[in-house]
Amino acid sequence: MAKVVAITSGKGGVGKTTTSAAVAAGLALRGHKTVVIDFDVGLRNLDLVMGCERRVVFDFINVINGDANLNQALIKDKRNDNLFIFPTSQTRDKDALKRDGVDRVLEELKQQFDYIICDSPAGIEHGAITALYFADAAIIVTNPEVSSVRDSDRIIGILASRSRRAERNEPPVELNLLLTRYDPGRVAKGEMLTVDDVLEILSIPLLGVIPESESVLRASNTGTPVTFDEDSPAGRAYLDAVARFLGEQREMRFVQPERRGFLKVLSAQLFLSGAPDQRIDCQGAAEDRAVA
Amino acid sequence: MAGNLVQGAVFTVMVVRAGMLRDPEFQDELSRQIDRSPRFFQNAPVVLDLKGAEAFATAEEFAQAKELLRQYTLALVGVQNALPAQVEAAAGAGLASFAPNATNPSRRQAPAPEAQPAAAAPEPERQPSRPQTRLVTEPVRSGTQIYARGTDLVVTAAVSAGAELVADGNIHVYGTLRGRALAGARGDAGARIFCSRLEAELVSIAGRYLVSEQLPAEQRGFAVEIALVDEQLTITRN
Repeated sequence: MAKVVAITSGKGGVGKTTTSAAVAAGLALRGHKTVVIDFDVGLRNLDLVMGCERRVVFDFINVINGDANLNQALIKDKRNDNLFIFPTSQTRDKDALKRDGVDRVLEELKQQFDYIICDSPAGIEHGAITALYFADAAIIVTNPEVSSVRDSDRIIGILASRSRRAERNEPPVELNLLLTRYDPGRVAKGEMLTVDDVLEILSIPLLGVIPESESVLRASNTGTPVTFDEDSPAGRAYLDAVARFLGEQREMRFVQPERRGFLKVLSAQLFLSGAPDQRIDCQGAAEDRAVA
Repeated sequence: MAGNLVQGAVFTVMVVRAGMLRDPEFQDELSRQIDRSPRFFQNAPVVLDLKGAEAFATAEEFAQAKELLRQYTLALVGVQNALPAQVEAAAGAGLASFAPNATNPSRRQAPAPEAQPAAAAPEPERQPSRPQTRLVTEPVRSGTQIYARGTDLVVTAAVSAGAELVADGNIHVYGTLRGRALAGARGDAGARIFCSRLEAELVSIAGRYLVSEQLPAEQRGFAVEIALVDEQLTITRN
């Protein structure tokens, strides 16, 4: 049974599109046929992040309006056969997202795909509501700072009250928290909220913590989902999150400040000898590559 | 019922079965009991239970019963389980009518409805008939407003910043209160706010309010009770 997953946050700039691309690519790497849809009509970015901007002919709105069929609009990723991108229109606005049209397109996609990832626009207006309305699961993308947390809280409330599952009294949308742009060093200095702070306020299951990483910006600019970059801590954190989304147990990594030089080696040894509170990033550890 | 004019209270009242009054042994038994604890019976109110005692039918008979009990320092104040005609007759003797189905403690009957005479309201009342308490078990998220119309609001989870709780009665939060809580929204100054952890943006009772920065630092983060005392919002740690 195909699953519709909304990537949402309320606040802008927290990493929804990066996450949509990374999670979609991660699911595809795990062998699931996945499509990622850009719901940010008029502010199209997903095609850039996925590196397919030069191949867009028809878009989501064309298909909603019946001007093109699904297979004309879907773009197959060149790096992974399981991954498809469904770009949106840059010339229209969110009003073009007719709910019954979106419903029809999603139903059609469900025939072909295992996972349908919906990259939501920021805000709580029509576009964002439409992106989450049909969701079976949601990944709430949150930065460790108060305004992002509050907006996420608002979005969780909307998922619980205004999604189709809520309206039909079906089991609620499955909620997952993804904490992005997490900088353990700044958290340690008290400049950012800790994982526990955020969890205490939002009280939904934690899917993963993505460390602030240069590789994310590099991935965006080169049109490569960060999960395709095995050497990137962010990429590995996303792969862990995808594994958890698929029901696996993984240790939380990247939540402690990174050690330098011999200290890093020392703490890595502590980790191997089983000290329970040493959840550190052991660079080069074989398990990191187990996912790919 | 004008809540300001009439206040309710709960009383324990002795109930005497009407049939016993005419039992020859009743008076002996009664006086023995009173001798054992005279203080307890001094001017104690008594309700006459008329179940199975259709014989009591006239105001005069009720006046006699009243007089009889008076001799034993008991004050007959009303009747229960009375037929309509008996209610009228009792009223003629200056006796009140208590709820016909009220439990009769002297017969150790069903524990279900505690002695709730209709004339005496169970507690200080806000409404003649109060809707059921509003219970919320899920976290109250930012942007959500919950209004418990005419009743109390109980939340068994956290209330986020940017969420708003409004109740005409009391508000209980068994979790962290980070949003707003407005109790006694229709002016009940007796309403209170309780929370397991105070981090509120605003608390208000009957229109009096305190915003977050006015909350005393020593109460923040603690389990508190908030009440209106002498027109002042008063916060006490629980």
